[in-house]
Amino acid sequence: MGDWKTITVPVLSSDSKDIFQYTSEKKISPSSMNSQVLRLPLPSSKSVHSFFSAFCTEENIEQSISYLNRELTTLGFPSIYAESKGKELNLISIINCMNDLLVLQHKNLRAQEEVEMQHLKLGSDMDHLQNCYAKLKEQLELSKREIVGLQERDRQLQSKNRNLHQLLKNEKDEVQKLQNIISSRATQYNHDMKRKEREYNKLKERLHQLVMNKKDKKIAMEVLNYVGRADGKRGAWRTDKTEARNEEEMYKVLLSDYQERQKQLLVENAELKKVLQQMKKEIISLLPPQKQKPKERPEDGTVLSDLEEDIGELNKENMWELSCETVREQLTNSIRKQWRMLKNHVEKLDSQVSRVHSGALNDKDVISREDHELETEKLELEIQQCKEMIKTQQQLLQQQLMSPCDDDTTLLLQDCYLLEERERLQEEWRLFRDQKKNFEKERRSFTEAAIRLGLERKAFEEDRGAWLKQQFLSMSTDYKHCENVTTPSAFLGSSDQNKRLMKSTSQQRKPHCSLSRPVSAEPCQTSQYVTYNSSSAASKKPAGDSKIFQWQASDKEETE
Amino acid sequence: VREASTLQLLQLYTCLDQIQYIEWSSDSLFILCAMYKRGIVQVWSLEQPDWHCKIDEGSAGLVASCWSPDGRHILNTTEFHLRITVWSLCTKSVSYIKYPKACQQGIAFTKDGRYMAVAERRDCKDFISIFVCNDWQLLRHFDTETQDLFGIEWSPNGCVLAVWDTCLEYKILLYSLDGRLLATYRAYEWSLGIKSIAWSPSSQFLAIGSYDEKVRILNHVTWKKIIEFEHPATIANSKTIVYKEVEKSPSVETERLSFSPARALASSLFSTESKYDISQVPVSLQYIKPVADRANPKMGIGMLAFSPDNCFLATKNDNIPNAVWIWDIKKLKLFVVLEQLCAIQSFQWDPRQPRLAVCTGNSKVYLWSPAGCVSVQVPAEGDFPIVSLSWHSSGDSMVLLSKDNFCVCYLEREEI
Repeated sequence: MGDWKTITVPVLSSDSKDIFQYTSEKKISPSSMNSQVLRLPLPSSKSVHSFFSAFCTEENIEQSISYLNRELTTLGFPSIYAESKGKELNLISIINCMNDLLVLQHKNLRAQEEVEMQHLKLGSDMDHLQNCYAKLKEQLELSKREIVGLQERDRQLQSKNRNLHQLLKNEKDEVQKLQNIISSRATQYNHDMKRKEREYNKLKERLHQLVMNKKDKKIAMEVLNYVGRADGKRGAWRTDKTEARNEEEMYKVLLSDYQERQKQLLVENAELKKVLQQMKKEIISLLPPQKQKPKERPEDGTVLSDLEEDIGELNKENMWELSCETVREQLTNSIRKQWRMLKNHVEKLDSQVSRVHSGALNDKDVISREDHELETEKLELEIQQCKEMIKTQQQLLQQQLMSPCDDDTTLLLQDCYLLEERERLQEEWRLFRDQKKNFEKERRSFTEAAIRLGLERKAFEEDRGAWLKQQFLSMSTDYKHCENVTTPSAFLGSSDQNKRLMKSTSQQRKPHCSLSRPVSAEPCQTSQYVTYNSSSAASKKPAGDSKIFQWQASDKEETE
Repeated sequence: VREASTLQLLQLYTCLDQIQYIEWSSDSLFILCAMYKRGIVQVWSLEQPDWHCKIDEGSAGLVASCWSPDGRHILNTTEFHLRITVWSLCTKSVSYIKYPKACQQGIAFTKDGRYMAVAERRDCKDFISIFVCNDWQLLRHFDTETQDLFGIEWSPNGCVLAVWDTCLEYKILLYSLDGRLLATYRAYEWSLGIKSIAWSPSSQFLAIGSYDEKVRILNHVTWKKIIEFEHPATIANSKTIVYKEVEKSPSVETERLSFSPARALASSLFSTESKYDISQVPVSLQYIKPVADRANPKMGIGMLAFSPDNCFLATKNDNIPNAVWIWDIKKLKLFVVLEQLCAIQSFQWDPRQPRLAVCTGNSKVYLWSPAGCVSVQVPAEGDFPIVSLSWHSSGDSMVLLSKDNFCVCYLEREEI
């Protein structure tokens, strides 16, 4: 396929030599050229032109046209000839074909792009998968090694364990052996001891006989005189009666001891029973009521009915006296049942609390502990406050109650005091109401004044504006005349306004209650306004200054 | 004979020989003085100084002598424990008890003095005979299942007799007054067994101290062990108070004792004072492991005593000879440990209140009560090594004995 080589060359370099080379070869093999045409990559425009110029020259137009026609028809495009046979070309069809071919070309390029993209993607995917695969292989090997190591350790530990077991067995065997040795030695010693003891006894007997036989006078007791018995009684002979009496006494002693013990045990039993009954009652009271847990109702129902029965039975006084098995069993069983129920309840509460702590704060039924604690603190505070209040009230009540115990005069005095107080209170009420009315009046007047002020301000502004205009005009035309004329009027007007302002401010300064805030805002503004006015006036004439200073001084006087 | 409160000399009797044993009669009218070497017992009367009595055992020899509870009979144990002769001061008659057992505590009287239990041994078997003290009539005679009976002791209520075996066998048997076996208790086999026992004053508990350094307490209802007290060398429980006796340098006069001091707190120039410090737990005590190949090794619980109000139990572990362990019986826990500088010689509870007096062989007596503990110096000119002590029955004073001297310690009662 030498033709392949020649294709790439004209694409890269638009060498004329190569083109000519190609054209010469083109005549030889149109079929190969056919394939070449189809496989052309995106060439530069020059090469295209050069290529196509190579394909079709002035000599082989007809051939090339016919060839093109064949190709196009095989591809499914309409013929470029005007008629089926003939040499006239259908330009429209040619153009259409060209367009179609271009479209096709674009499509193919796009498809190629897509394929290349996919190719790249697949390539990267492949790389990625290969990396993953390599990593996983590594991991697998690591884990295999680990497993091997652990297995090895396990084997070692097991062998150690076996050794230790063996040692333990050995030790146990040794211990058993030693014990056997000890027991055998002990029996041997006992036997020897018994033998020696028998010998010793024999010697003792002998000695005793010898001693008795000697009848030593020395073995005697020398007493000056007989001593009376400790309890003053006379000595008595030993008879059967005395024996029987002794036995009796001994048994009496034993019996009394047993009786005492039994009494103690009875007392203990009674106490314990009482405690158990109390516990039972308390447990019943602690357990949750039936309503909250509908699921357990059937169980509770049966249990409670049993409990009620038990309560009914065991709360009877006479049952306490009985200490028979059945009563005892009943009591203990009922207590056990209830204890179990209480335990379950407490466990449930615990699990609820733990759930809350782990994050189920949306649960409305369960309050988190912190909230609970806060609430309890609040409640405690409230309780304390209420208690204090109650105490003070109680004290006052007591004081009041105490006073009726006094004489009538004090009562009357108290009544007088009360009346006086009441009258005072009424007067105060009246004053208060009057003041309230005054305040409201003043407030209304102030609002009116504020409105007026606003209006006046507007008017003043207008005047000022007009005045400034005049000034300006006058300045430009007649400087000296207008000044003297206009300024005093302006000042007068301003002073009038100032006086009005003074009044309003003075009025405002008397009630020093709730109206202060808006009022203060207004005088500030007005003062600002005034100062502005004064400054503007001051810039014009010094006479105006004195007036303004007067106003300021008077204002100060007003305030003081 | 001296007056107890004033130590005024009342009588002076001279005996024939060196007295080995002396005992008051129960009605405090007669004094028995036994001279074992000579085999003579002399009895003196306090009311009638002229009255005299002498009992001569002659060739039979004398090993032990004691009063009977009624104060009119004297029981002499002859040599080799051949027999026990009962001499009567009222009738001058003699009775014999044959084959008594040659053990430490072979005779035991009940607290009310009505019955006497005697351990006997015939044909390599142990027997117990119970006599009525009034007329010395044999009430019961039964054999015990012991290998070699070591001791017997009545419970304070007089209804149960505890019989325990030699230290080679850990076995204690409990017999009722009429001779029935109530229970047997055996903690372990083969190792050395019981060393000492003590009944609680209410007869509710029986404390058994053994060679394995443990005290086991049995209850009187089931005769089963209710608790085991261990005596380890290291005390780790933070709730126990450990009082450690510390030597105080004599120059330092500051009294750091915050407890009620006894009267005799005057310091002597020659002896160093000591005080108690509270040691911080954990405390490790001095542990002595005895030589293994000797008989009667100094290990195990050698001394046991219940306080009279039944609240405390004082024990001494011979492996840790410098410490007294005081256990709270109500809580069944270790309450206090007193660590002394020298080995404990003896201790005794005050018969009226929970007050323990301890002596360690130096010239100090140590008192402990739940309020605290104090170390009291005996104001003697020289050394006064206290060997033993004994309380007065009223609990107001106690006698401290050294080898040659004795001293009476009076305790002030708190004025309420």
